[in-house]
Amino acid sequence: MDNLLSIVTFIPLIAAAILAIFLRGENEAAQRNAKWVALVATTLTFLVSLFILAQFDPQDTGFQFVEEREWLLGLKYKMGVDGISVLFVLLTTFIMPLTIAASWNVTERVKEYMIAFLVLETLMLGVFMALDLVLFYLFFEAGLIPMFLIIGIWGGKERIYASFKFFLYTFLGSVLMLVAMVAMFAEAGTTDIPTLMRHEFASESFSLMGIQIIGGMQTLMFIAFFASFAVKMPMWPVHTWLPDAHVQAPTAGSVVLAAILLKMGGYGFLRFSLPMFPVGAEVLTPLILWMSAIAIVYTSLVALAQEDMKKLIAYSSVAHMGYVTMGIFAANQQGIDGAIFQMISHGFISGALFLCVGVIYDRMHTREIDAYGGLVNRMPAYALIFMLFTMANVGLPGTSGFVGEFLTLLGIFQVNTWVALVATSGVILSAAYALWLYRRVVMGELIRESLKSITDMSRRERAIFAPLVAMTLLLGVYPSLVTDIIGPSVEALISNYDTALAEAHSAAQLAETSH
Amino acid sequence: METIILFAPLVGAIIAGFGWRIIGDAGAQWLTTGLLFLSCALSWVIFLGHDGQTHFIHVLDWVQSGTLNTAWAIRLDRLTAIMLIVVTTVSALVHLYSMGYMAHDENFDDKTESYRPRFFAYLSFFTFAMLMLVTADNLAQMFFGWEGVGLASYLLIGFYYRKSSANAAAIKAFVVNRVGDFGFALGIMALFFLTDSIRFDDIFAAAPELAETQLTFLWTDWNAANLIAFLLFVGAMGKSAQLFLHTWLPDAMEGPTPVSALIHAATMVTAGVFLVCRMSPVFEYAPEALAVVTFIGASTAFFAATVGLVQNDIKRVIAYSTCSQLGYMFVAAGVGVYSVAMFHLLTHAFFKAMLFLGAGSVIHGMHHEQDMRHYGGLRHKMPYTFVAMLIGTLAITGVGIPLTGWIGFAGFASKDAVIESAYAGTAGGFAFWMLVIAALFTSFYSWRLMFMTFWGDPRGDKHTHEHAHESPKVMLVPLGVLAVGAIFAGAIWYGSFFGKTNEVVKFFGGKYGEPTQELVEAVAERSPKASELHYVMESGPGEAAIFIAPDNTVLHEAHYVPTWVKLSPFIAMLIGLITALWFYIWDPSMPRKLAENQRPLYLFLLNKWYFDEIYDAILVRPAKALGRALWRRGDGGVIDGFLNGVAMGIIPFFTRLAGRAQSGYIFTYAFAMVIGIAVLITWLTISGGGQ
Repeated sequence: MDNLLSIVTFIPLIAAAILAIFLRGENEAAQRNAKWVALVATTLTFLVSLFILAQFDPQDTGFQFVEEREWLLGLKYKMGVDGISVLFVLLTTFIMPLTIAASWNVTERVKEYMIAFLVLETLMLGVFMALDLVLFYLFFEAGLIPMFLIIGIWGGKERIYASFKFFLYTFLGSVLMLVAMVAMFAEAGTTDIPTLMRHEFASESFSLMGIQIIGGMQTLMFIAFFASFAVKMPMWPVHTWLPDAHVQAPTAGSVVLAAILLKMGGYGFLRFSLPMFPVGAEVLTPLILWMSAIAIVYTSLVALAQEDMKKLIAYSSVAHMGYVTMGIFAANQQGIDGAIFQMISHGFISGALFLCVGVIYDRMHTREIDAYGGLVNRMPAYALIFMLFTMANVGLPGTSGFVGEFLTLLGIFQVNTWVALVATSGVILSAAYALWLYRRVVMGELIRESLKSITDMSRRERAIFAPLVAMTLLLGVYPSLVTDIIGPSVEALISNYDTALAEAHSAAQLAETSH
Repeated sequence: METIILFAPLVGAIIAGFGWRIIGDAGAQWLTTGLLFLSCALSWVIFLGHDGQTHFIHVLDWVQSGTLNTAWAIRLDRLTAIMLIVVTTVSALVHLYSMGYMAHDENFDDKTESYRPRFFAYLSFFTFAMLMLVTADNLAQMFFGWEGVGLASYLLIGFYYRKSSANAAAIKAFVVNRVGDFGFALGIMALFFLTDSIRFDDIFAAAPELAETQLTFLWTDWNAANLIAFLLFVGAMGKSAQLFLHTWLPDAMEGPTPVSALIHAATMVTAGVFLVCRMSPVFEYAPEALAVVTFIGASTAFFAATVGLVQNDIKRVIAYSTCSQLGYMFVAAGVGVYSVAMFHLLTHAFFKAMLFLGAGSVIHGMHHEQDMRHYGGLRHKMPYTFVAMLIGTLAITGVGIPLTGWIGFAGFASKDAVIESAYAGTAGGFAFWMLVIAALFTSFYSWRLMFMTFWGDPRGDKHTHEHAHESPKVMLVPLGVLAVGAIFAGAIWYGSFFGKTNEVVKFFGGKYGEPTQELVEAVAERSPKASELHYVMESGPGEAAIFIAPDNTVLHEAHYVPTWVKLSPFIAMLIGLITALWFYIWDPSMPRKLAENQRPLYLFLLNKWYFDEIYDAILVRPAKALGRALWRRGDGGVIDGFLNGVAMGIIPFFTRLAGRAQSGYIFTYAFAMVIGIAVLITWLTISGGGQ
């Protein structure tokens, strides 16, 4: 199949079109049909995406399954995956059927809801596959819309505030990115990503309005991209949109947001920032490492003070993303392997944690931690699953959460021991906030009247968790499933990065001596 | 065979935990217990047949990244073999014992709640994690076991999940251990950075180089071996409840008593000692780190013993006793006599497990009363338990024939070996005196426990005393087996752990050779009695289960300490015993008088030197307050304040512009966005096309 990637990308969109065109009415039958169409489409997408994995050759560090054709206005439609992006594609297709299944109880505007999710899936997949700058930007930005709608329409009480915050943060960041893209096109004369990755952007330092800019254009472009990706990640201190967005988003929205959308920032760093602007990256690395370390400690402490379950988990997500940025900019094999692993693993774990909140939110319609307590008495299965993911969240070895943290820490120690020290203290704080949350919600006597009749997880809910449990344990015990696939591509990325830096340094020295 | 030992408990845990509905309550108990006895039998086969050589068994690849190559693998050497028998024996007996102990539990409703399979599944899972820890061939797998036992400990401490105090204790145990793990993890990172591997073999081979390497860590350069050894030791301090990180252990007594015996006395808490012994090739090159180990160990032995003097809860007394005995082990390791650390670990496992199970038997017979002030005269009601506890007490206080070295109870042989090593290793310094004083206190609080429980008149609730009963056979049999260990373990293995250097080296799978002339002279000058030095260890680091540097002769010199040193623990024991007799048999009003006379001191000890209060004030509360401040002020005030200021300028503008119903806004914005993007792309294309 020559256009496997396009097929995977557009199955959800086609399903959305079918829903939009053919499904009429708001009655129960129509709602059920909408759910089933969405579930079948996302499952099908997942199954087809398995072919990508099956045929993927990890040893080939170039792009595979490449499709290229002319598009409107002389733009190019170019898709492809390499070792760095392929697993994000799989993560997306894996998570989406679960989010649809988790939305089975939605009653309001079901058709539109399903359409939003299906469109979102297409756009997210496009982000991870696009090999053309414009195409990437299109997917990247357009992905905001369905998410914006999901929060704004199916969200909680303060959904308008949250959706605007989400929109403004992410959109303002990407405006800068757009400017940088224009500049890139102006310099390199192409929007082809593989070509841009080989292009050496100017890195001579110059001074702008009296400020000496080390690394020149590369630094500026790096900053522009950074503004967008850092918000997406989100990195401290531009993380404050995330807790609000999570709190207001419906469960499935939170799952997608945490499991997939946050990974776009990390992916962007690996696809653009490191390979295209190595000099800029090097200049800003110390800053980014410290931002990451601060994020880990700061947000962990804030998580300790939360009274809303979703907010707590959202802050915990920010802390875990701190390990990711730290690993990426450690720029060595363990660091980047660990960062990618952490992103994949966080997709399963945070997704599952938000689903855990969703399970009891569906029953009690509150996320207040204080409204719960003693759930284990009536919900043993829930207690078990929540325990597992709590432990995975604190990075217990044997779960996937450990591998990412461990590798990123091994990576960062080789670069900066101070950052390593601060980041490692996160393992203490994460245990504190996660176990404390668990204690307040699950342990203890069940005293609240309102909880006396709460029911344990239904069969549907268990079925949603089963794949997540399996992946969390499987990757924890045998992480080579991931590292074997990403390893060679990461190695190539690092060797290109190091070569580019070495060349830039010797060029700078030459320039210096010739003066 | 090794794989069966390792995975049988895991299989048991999984089946009991998830399949108890099918195999039933009793089925789950018998299955886990049976599998544990299987593991135990095989472990003894391995231990007794072990040739001292190191064997490797690869199970599965684990974390692979670049040069990092770790696997699930078994490293079987003498250290592992010792730990295998300790872990599986105590665990099997505790499983058996728990069948009786957990038969009724008033914390649960017998009719509707099936708590027993859960309990046995946790116990078996713990055993699996502990076995992973001791069989690991690399630090990552060890860390897996390390955290795995932490999880099991957390689950078992919080087993009575309705009790708030149990939940708090469980979290405390996990989090305080994480503080230790913080150091452990940094140690692993540093090792990987310098040796490019975290496999023991590679690390050990690189150990001599580490001693020569400077590592830039934080603000300055450090000697790599010392720094790494220290960081690893921080991990050991957490797991083994050493001073400053000890606060979780007494609270951990919230768990059911068999758990305390297995996890918080015999096995998990000794993991730190095992770690130091396992890493002996690194520690041997890290003299400063060893000094820290000795200092912390000795201080803990003393500190915990002082607190143990005044506690009233029977389990807390034994918990502080454990803490103190772990300090002994660290001192032995700290002066470089790893074999003796392991010796005390082994004997301690037997007698301390027995004391705990004995205490459990008392608690069981007394309807879950744990306050010793409400005991008294129980030796008539519980004769078997009494005998077992007596043997345990004789063992822990170190009763034996002085100057023979080995003729005595298990604790006699190993504790005297520790104290003699401490004298030889520190030239009669701080550690030695702390241990002797601790031995006195140990004797006092152990006999105090015995006298308060089994002698005198029954105190407390009359009804409880009338119904006090001996425990069932299933609980007494494990006590009997452990009693055998508590009596004979010291005498049997004395030579292997604390014999002549050549014996010990051979036992641990190393080669011995002749010492250099200079070394003989140096030893003769230091301690003339020890001038007959015939053998030193010849194997390099990592070639045997433990490593003794060629110039480390403490093991040899410990045999030639002055006679008064050899007698000192015995005398300390006698003083402790007589004081206890005086206070609790001859003149029972003495303790109260003393407590009233020395009230501040009494309160200081009763409140465990106020460690919990201090930590709460300087760590826990500030962390929570800081979290709140960062959230409200940092996130809410500064960051959002700034960004919202910007946003508030923009949003009303758009809102006025749109001026429609709520969902109307959103579609407007969405539409605007799409248009915006389209415009931008068009512009991009056109301007690009123009080039």
